[in-house]
Amino acid sequence: MQTGGPRIAVSQDGPITIAELMDEEILEENIIEDIAESLFGLVQEKPSLLLVLDFHQVKHLSSSALGTLIRLNKRIEETKGQLKLCGLRPTLYEIFTITKLNRLFNIYETRELAMKGI
Amino acid sequence: MTCPYYQDITIPSRYPHAKAVEDRIVLEAQQTGYDEESIFALRLSLEESLTNAIRHGNASDASKHVSVKYRITQDRIDVVISDEGSGFDPCSIPDPTQPEFLSRPSGRGILLMRAYMNEVTFNSKGNRVHLVKFRNHQAGSQAS
Repeated sequence: MQTGGPRIAVSQDGPITIAELMDEEILEENIIEDIAESLFGLVQEKPSLLLVLDFHQVKHLSSSALGTLIRLNKRIEETKGQLKLCGLRPTLYEIFTITKLNRLFNIYETRELAMKGI
Repeated sequence: MTCPYYQDITIPSRYPHAKAVEDRIVLEAQQTGYDEESIFALRLSLEESLTNAIRHGNASDASKHVSVKYRITQDRIDVVISDEGSGFDPCSIPDPTQPEFLSRPSGRGILLMRAYMNEVTFNSKGNRVHLVKFRNHQAGSQAS
């Protein structure tokens, strides 16, 4: 698990912003707070943000992290942007199905498919 | 090595202390030969229950403590987590999978614990939770 450095790697592809989560475990409160600060910062910088959030490095996720994603999704929708999730390994996707949050979020298998979905 | 007796740890209501306990229990479960699926379930459930104890039970008051008792055998893992809070009624938590609650940012910890562990029971006061994970046993019905 990454213990220092940036929690997300941000890149741009045309109008689409891609944020790759760098931690294998998004469980601890301080990590979740750091990620939230970075992601909400992107929304603040770019109104109507088109954001693809790439989870392919993430192995563990807590309900607190899910709460942050829900708040982020709400904020992006309020500003007429879009949020797409991608790269979730099966164990992580199962968390979304158990909580039925796969109905709330737009989830794609790959980054490319998520970008096409915007 | 497996120990038939409960190990007993008391920590202040601080996340780094909780993480250290979580890592210790997970390591012992790995050393006892539990598979990746069980370890995933255990880590997630420990995180949820310890966060609940610190944040909701003890209101993040570092002067209050969280008690963690655990026992890992070849057949099952038992973890009992208690806080110093006034407790809560787990039945009072609305079902977060219902459409009207789906966009609520909180209230999913117990759902996940019940999905990934074989047994999740609370004491009557609601400030102690007992988690059980059996070896080679399918997780709860919501995860299957």
